[in-house]
Amino acid sequence: MGLRNFIDRNISPHFHEGGKLERYYVFYEMFDTMLYSPSSTTRSTAHVRDGIDLKRVMITVWLAALPALFFGMYNAGYQANLQITEFGYDPIPGWRTDLVVMFASFDPNSALSNFFHGAVYYIPIFIVVYLGGFIWEGLFAWKRGHEVNEGFFVTGILFTLILPPTIPLWMVFMGISFGVVVGKEIFGGTGKNFLNPALVGRAFLFFAYPAQMSGDAVWTAVDDFSGATPLALAAAGELDYSAGLTGTAATANEMDLTWMHTAFGGIQGSIGETSLLVIGFGAAVLLITRIASWRIMLGMFLGMVVLAMLFNAIGSDTNPMFDMPWYWHLSLGGFAFGLVFMATDPVSASMTDTGKWIFGLLIGAMVVLIRVVNPAFPEGVMLAILFGNLCAPLIDHFVIQANIRRRMRRREA
Amino acid sequence: MFEHYLSLFVRAVFVENMALAFFLGMCTFLAISKKVQTALGLGIAVVVVLTITVPVNNLLLHNLLDEGALAWTGIPMLESLDMRFLGLLCYIGVIAALVQILEMGLDRYVPALYNALGIFLPLITVNCAILGASLFMVERHYDFGESVVFGFGSGVGWALAIVLLAAIREKLKYSDVPDGLKGLGITFIVVGLMSLGFMSFAGVQL
Repeated sequence: MGLRNFIDRNISPHFHEGGKLERYYVFYEMFDTMLYSPSSTTRSTAHVRDGIDLKRVMITVWLAALPALFFGMYNAGYQANLQITEFGYDPIPGWRTDLVVMFASFDPNSALSNFFHGAVYYIPIFIVVYLGGFIWEGLFAWKRGHEVNEGFFVTGILFTLILPPTIPLWMVFMGISFGVVVGKEIFGGTGKNFLNPALVGRAFLFFAYPAQMSGDAVWTAVDDFSGATPLALAAAGELDYSAGLTGTAATANEMDLTWMHTAFGGIQGSIGETSLLVIGFGAAVLLITRIASWRIMLGMFLGMVVLAMLFNAIGSDTNPMFDMPWYWHLSLGGFAFGLVFMATDPVSASMTDTGKWIFGLLIGAMVVLIRVVNPAFPEGVMLAILFGNLCAPLIDHFVIQANIRRRMRRREA
Repeated sequence: MFEHYLSLFVRAVFVENMALAFFLGMCTFLAISKKVQTALGLGIAVVVVLTITVPVNNLLLHNLLDEGALAWTGIPMLESLDMRFLGLLCYIGVIAALVQILEMGLDRYVPALYNALGIFLPLITVNCAILGASLFMVERHYDFGESVVFGFGSGVGWALAIVLLAAIREKLKYSDVPDGLKGLGITFIVVGLMSLGFMSFAGVQL
């Protein structure tokens, strides 16, 4: 309790009314509530008492995303080390590589080296995202007199996990700024926006810097690397779903690919999205604590499976994506990550139970639709979820209207 | 044939959405999107107007205005006449007449909707989405069947966009928008973000 007493006696008075730092109260409040749960409670009557509050919800989501974070860090390093030792690429010259040379090696068999190599790319992104987000969030909270909200911690970690490891840091700052300001703060902060802020930031980067973020050349942290993502390979017809790579990809500098690879996550891609296994762990946490809606998850999964099977049944001679089985759709690209962490965002998803089913089904179907029939984008999870967010208020509106009509009829009867 | 019409329809609704890909018809789009019910009414009115005007203008183009279109009269002087420069005038005339009829119909049979739409119903006449669809029809050389599908499809796309916007704006009533952005300002930003979401269809080849 020493720290509590110290804060109460020496720091807190300066920030409260009459103190000389009164104007900066929001920043004090943010750090205080990060350390201790606030003692203030609702004064008027009729409120629900529950141990879980917004802060605890956010921390749980944050913890659920941690396995994906650590695995992503390891995998980013592993992919880079693998390309360097197996295929003779050079590391990207710069301070990151200097650090790796100094403290670790380029050995893909050493877990520590992989982890370290991934960390030199991930940690700076993480710092920039949280710093950038903190600046905007703090500025808005300070000027508009609301509290700095924990929602940002979740947005921040999710945003880092959907970026490629080699993204320039100024771009990271642009993305998080757009996401936080236009996606959330101008609507009044957490809970008042209508799109997922992390996805808004990512979509902004995607359309503003298509050359760097196009999504069909992967981002492995080695010099001059050009290879295609597994999804782009599949679209080009160079992936046999039972035997692995075929065609020119099999002879080029590409790792072999089986479904088990994609399930465990030893493939190239954005930082947090590659492994079905660790994302599944996060999903289990979110479902057991009932923080994420199982209706949305199941709906999105079913929507994807049904449409994928439909395309399988139709078949196509010219488009190899028609033949992709549903379990490959699940394990490739960002589907699992979007399913667990993005679509279930309680603010931007549908609010009603029936609406959640429709919302999930819509997104799942849209993902397959974009991947299969839209050659402009090999990956469609981000855009599909944004589209779902757009439709969510309308879905809710009709669900509520239907409910009102049903109850009116019951009353009349 | 059916497949061709279907792909034309899907393209008009989603890929080349009048409101969110071309930003046509913005004045009505922004003004009548405060409530879902009204937006739905206006959306249906636009669908009706578009489905009728585009094919009518198509007939007009192919039988009167286009180069050599008057050959059916058999008068040698008219056979090589090109009157496409009159197109804009004729299309607007057709649209205005149709909107007038629609307005009288609504006033008679659905007075609630007529009152809710107010001045914006006659303003459909100068709604650029309506004229835009007719001009796209000319530019892309649609035949009669295609123009029916295209008119209906672009109407449905515009109606979908305005209803989505209205639902979002109803939800945003509970938001805390900064004073300077209240009203139209935030609506412009919302439309921009919606358009970002509709980018998922850009590039679909049908």
